[in-house]
Amino acid sequence: MKLALSIWRQDGPRAKGRMVRYDIDGVSEDSSFLEMLDMLNEQLISEGEEPVAFDSDCREGICGMCGVVVNGSAHGPERTTTCQLHMRSFKDGDEIVIEPWRADPFPVIKDLVVDRSAFDRIIQAGGYISVNTGAAPDAHSVPVPKENADRAFMAAECIGCGACVAACPNGSASLFMGAKITHLGELPQGQPERDSRVLAMTEQHDHEGFGGCTNLGECTRACPKGIPLNVISQMNGDFRRAGYGY
Amino acid sequence: MAASGLFFIAFLLLHMYGNLMILSGREAFDEYAHHLRTFGGPMIPEKGALWVMRIGLIVALVAHVASAVVLWRRAGGARSTRYQVTRATYGNFYVRAMRWGGLALLAFVIFHLMHFTWQTVTIGEAHASPAARVIDSFSHWWGVGIYALAMIFLGLHLLHGIWGAAMTLGLNTSLDRAETIRLTSIVVTTLIVVGFLVPPFAILFGLVK
Amino acid sequence: MTETLIDGLYREGEPIADTKAPDVPVPEMWTKRKFDAALVNPANRRKLDVIVVGTGLAGASAGATLGEAGYNVKSFCYQDSPRRAHSIAAQGGINAAKNYKDDGDSVYRLFYDTEKGGDYRSRETNTYRLAEVSAGIIDQCVAQGVPFAREYGGLLDNRSFGGVQVSRTFYARGQTGQQLLIGAYQALERQVAAGTVQMFSRHEMLELVVVDGRARGIIARDLVSGEIETHLADAVVLASGGYGNVFFLSTNAMGSNVTAAWRAHRKGAYFANPCYTQIHPTCIPQSGEHQSKLTLMSESLRNDGRIWVPKKAEDCDKDPRQIPQEDRDYYLERIYPAFGNLVPRDIASRQAKNMCDEGRGVGPEVDGVRRGVYLDFASAIERMGEDAVRAKYGNLFEMYEQITGENPYQVPMRIYPAVHYTMGGLWVDYDLESTIPGLFVAGEANFSDHGANRLGASALMQGLADGYFVLPNTIRDYLAKGPFDKLAEDHPDVQDARRAVAERVEKFLSINGTRSVDSYHKELGKIMWEKCGMERTDAGLREAIEEIRALRQDFWSNLRVLGTAEGLNQSLEKAGRVADFLELGELMCIDALHRRESCGGHFRAESQTEDGEALRHDDEFAYVAAWEWGGDGGTPVLHKEDLTFTAIELKQRSYK
Repeated sequence: MKLALSIWRQDGPRAKGRMVRYDIDGVSEDSSFLEMLDMLNEQLISEGEEPVAFDSDCREGICGMCGVVVNGSAHGPERTTTCQLHMRSFKDGDEIVIEPWRADPFPVIKDLVVDRSAFDRIIQAGGYISVNTGAAPDAHSVPVPKENADRAFMAAECIGCGACVAACPNGSASLFMGAKITHLGELPQGQPERDSRVLAMTEQHDHEGFGGCTNLGECTRACPKGIPLNVISQMNGDFRRAGYGY
Repeated sequence: MAASGLFFIAFLLLHMYGNLMILSGREAFDEYAHHLRTFGGPMIPEKGALWVMRIGLIVALVAHVASAVVLWRRAGGARSTRYQVTRATYGNFYVRAMRWGGLALLAFVIFHLMHFTWQTVTIGEAHASPAARVIDSFSHWWGVGIYALAMIFLGLHLLHGIWGAAMTLGLNTSLDRAETIRLTSIVVTTLIVVGFLVPPFAILFGLVK
Repeated sequence: MTETLIDGLYREGEPIADTKAPDVPVPEMWTKRKFDAALVNPANRRKLDVIVVGTGLAGASAGATLGEAGYNVKSFCYQDSPRRAHSIAAQGGINAAKNYKDDGDSVYRLFYDTEKGGDYRSRETNTYRLAEVSAGIIDQCVAQGVPFAREYGGLLDNRSFGGVQVSRTFYARGQTGQQLLIGAYQALERQVAAGTVQMFSRHEMLELVVVDGRARGIIARDLVSGEIETHLADAVVLASGGYGNVFFLSTNAMGSNVTAAWRAHRKGAYFANPCYTQIHPTCIPQSGEHQSKLTLMSESLRNDGRIWVPKKAEDCDKDPRQIPQEDRDYYLERIYPAFGNLVPRDIASRQAKNMCDEGRGVGPEVDGVRRGVYLDFASAIERMGEDAVRAKYGNLFEMYEQITGENPYQVPMRIYPAVHYTMGGLWVDYDLESTIPGLFVAGEANFSDHGANRLGASALMQGLADGYFVLPNTIRDYLAKGPFDKLAEDHPDVQDARRAVAERVEKFLSINGTRSVDSYHKELGKIMWEKCGMERTDAGLREAIEEIRALRQDFWSNLRVLGTAEGLNQSLEKAGRVADFLELGELMCIDALHRRESCGGHFRAESQTEDGEALRHDDEFAYVAAWEWGGDGGTPVLHKEDLTFTAIELKQRSYK
C-alpha cells in the first residue's frame, strides 16, 4: 500500500520542530506500524536524509517504550501499543499524521522521542513497598484474598508508556499514578505505606507539571492495557483518607 | 469541586421541590415564597435562613469556579504545544460541556437572579406576587425557551459532574460500582432537569393558571 | 598455549577452573562460601563504588540490593527507564523449589531438572546454588507486592511448566517477567530516592576500563547528548542480557545487544559456550522482509494444539481447512509417539525446520521458502468446546490475531521456531566473577547455570537469584579488599579507553558508504540462522565463518551512518552493536564447529543417533569452552573447564 505520512521532525530538545511530509510505497499490510517506519527510515538513509528517531524496544507490547500519536490518537486507532498496531488498520492512499506525546513534563528529545523520566520520579516518590532483600517472611505467611490479588494484578499491568498523559485533555498522569497506588494498596504488604505513598506520589506528580484529572476517561480509552478509570477514584479516596484521616 | 458541586445539587433538589409548589396553585407558591423568608422565625430573624443559604451558595460558587480555573490553568501548563490533529472525542465534548457549559450556566444564573431575585429583567409584566411573576414569565414561549436551554446545559454539566464527584470522592472502586454511579448520575440528572422543566411547560400549556 | 592452529581457526590454551567454590559437598557449598566471603564494614561501604550495567531482573535486583547494603551504586541502561529491560517480556513463570504443592519437589529435584535440562553441560555447583536460593526469591517478590496468581484461599498458585512433573512454577498470568521486573525496578527506584543508587538511563556502555588488571570502570555514551562519559568504580557488574539479536530476528527486544559483554571480552574476559542458543518452537512466523522481530507465544499452546504440515508440497498454499485429514502429516505424533506434540523445545524446533526445508512449510514465502507449520486447535475445540479453549488460551489467541490478522479459532495457527535465549555468556566462577578481577557478570549475560539448554521458567529465577542473593554475597569478598586507589580520569589506561570509544564513533560516521546498519544486521542474521541455528554442520559453519568475515570487512568500508555524534543518533547506536555482533557471530561459529557433539540447543548434524536424535560425547566434550579474545586479526584461544559431577550422574536423554 501507498501512504502519505506527515511526521513531526525536531533536531534536538531545544530545536524548533516542524511537520514534514513523506511518501512511502510498497508497505505490506502485515507489517507493524513501526516496521513501516523502519522501512521509511531505510528509504531516507538511501536518499541521504537522517532517519526519523522514534522509541521502541520489545515490540511485543509490554515494555512500554514505544508510543506516538497517530492521527490524533495515542498509539493509533486500535487499543494497543504502537508496536502492535498493524498496517491492516489503514487503507491504501491514507494520510497519516504522526506526532510525539505532547505534554510539558514529557519534553521532546528528538523527532518522536520524548523524555518520560518524570514517571520514574513519581515512582521514586513512593511507588514501592519498602522491603530490603533478605528481610522477607515466607511467601505464604500472608494470604491475599483472590479478589484483592486480581485487582492488584489488573492495576499492575500498567506498562508506563505514557499514552494516558498523551491522550488526556488535561495532560494528567492520574491513570499511571492511580494504577500504582491501587496495585500496592490492594495488597496487605502495601498497607503500612499506603497513606504516605499517595501523598508523596501526588505531590511529585503536581511538581512535575502534569495537569489535574477531570474524570473524562480519555486515558483509559487510550490505555493499551485497559487500566480502568476506577484506579483514579481509588487514588482520590486514598488521598482523602490520608489527608483528612478518614 | 466535588464538595461544592454536591452542595449545588442539594440546593437544586430543594429549589426544584419549591418550584413544584406552583402546581398546587398560586397561593401555595406564594406562601412557600413567604415562608422561605420567615423560616425558623421568630428565633431566626426574617430572611436569616435565606441569607445563610445565599452565603453558602456564594462560597460554593467561589470554590467551584476557583477549582475550575486552577484545573484549567494546569491543563494549559501541561500541554503548551498542542497537537496538529485532534479528534472530536467524547472526552473533548465533556471538556466543553464542563468548561464552556459551566460558563454558560454562570451567565444563566446571573440572568436568573436578575429575573426573579433582583427583578431588573422582566418577562411579561412586573408583579408583586412571586407566583404571578413565574406564571407570566412562562406564559411566553421564549421565556420557557431560555430556561429550557439552560436546563439542557445543566443536564450535561450534571451528567459528568455527578460522575466526577463520585470519582473524586473515591466511590468508584470497581467496574460494578462504576455502572451504579453512571446510573445514579443519569437518574439524578433526569430528575432535576425534568423537575425543573415541569412547571414552565405546565404553565406554557395552560395547566397552571 | 599451543602454537598450533586448530582447524585454521583457533588455538588451545591452558585449562581453566573455578577456584572459589569451597571444598565441601555440593549442598553445603553456598553456606560455606557465604561464611568465608569477607565482610565489608558498613561504614566502609559508602566509600565503595559499584557500577551495574543493565537493569533487567539481574541488574535491577543487584543494584537495589547493593544500594540497600550501603554501597555507592551507579546503574546504567540504554532504555529511557530501567523498567523497560527485556526481562519484562518473559511470559510463563518463575521456578522455585518451594514444594507448596507437596508433590515431591525439593532443592535437589530442581537442581537435577536444571542440570538434566542443560544436557549436563553446566557447572553443578552453580546450578545447585541456583536451586537452593530459588525459594527466597518468591518470598522477596511477594513482600515487594508482586501480584502472583493466587488460589481462592489466598495462597499462591503453581503450575507445571515445560514438561517437568512437579508444579513449581509461580506465575502472574502471562506477564510474570513484567511483574517481577516492576518489583525489582521499584526496589531500585526506592534506592535512587534514598540516594544510594544513581541512575543513568539512555546511557550505553561502550568500553570497560581495566587498570592494573582490574575492572575499574566503564566508558559510556549519553545517548541523548552524545557525550562520552567516564565512570570509575571499585567493581563493575555486567547484567546486560543475552546476545540472541546476533540472529537479527529473535524474540529479544530491538535494542538487546552484546556490546557490554563483548567489550569486556576484548579486554580479557573469557566468553564461554557462545554457540549454546535456545530456539523456541512456538513463535509467530515471519510475514515478510519487513519483519523486525519475532513474537513468542507461550509453549503451553502445545498442550492442546496439534502440529502438522501437508503431506504433499503442492498443498502448502491451500486453505488448511480444505486439506483432508489423510493428507496431513502430524509429524511429531508420528515420529515421537510417546511425547507427541510435547517433545522438548529443541526437537520440536528442529523438526519444524526439517519439514520446511523439505518444502512442506506453510504461510507466506520469504526468500523462496515457506517457514511455518500449523498448530491446530480444531480437535481441542471439538473436544473441550470453544469457550474452554478461550478460557485457557484467549489472550494468546488475541495476540496471534492482532499480529497476523487471522482468527485462530477458525484457521489453524502458524508457528515457527525463533531464537529466544542464549545460554552462553561471559565465563564466571562460583562468585560470578569473570576472568578480569573486579568484573562480575550476572543473569543471561553469564554462562553459568543453564548448560547447553535452559529449562522453562528458569531464566527469571536465575536473573533474580544472581541479583538479589548471589552477587551481593560474593562481591563483598572482592570489595573487602578495597577501596582501591582512587583513579584519576586522566590515568593513561582510562584515557586510552575513552579515546578508543571516541575514535570508533568517529569511524562509523566517517565511512560514508552506501549500506544502512540494518541491512548488515539482517544479512548477518540470515547467515547465523541458516548455518549456526537449529542444526549445524561442519561445512555450513566453515562457510558461515568466511561469509561473516567478508561481511565484516564490507561493513567497515561501506557502512552509511548519517547525522552526528552530538545528540540522539539511533543509527550510530545500532552501528556499534552490529559491529560487535559481527565479531561475536564468528566466535559462535568457531565454538559450534569445535564442539563436534550434539547437546541441548546445539545440534551437530554429524553427531546424531540412527533415529536422528542428538548424540552427546561426554568423553570428549564434558567441558565448558571458555574463549579468550585473540586480538584484532588474531585467533581466539580456547580454555577448557572440565565439568565434574559429584552430586549427579550423567545420563543420555531419550524422548522416544
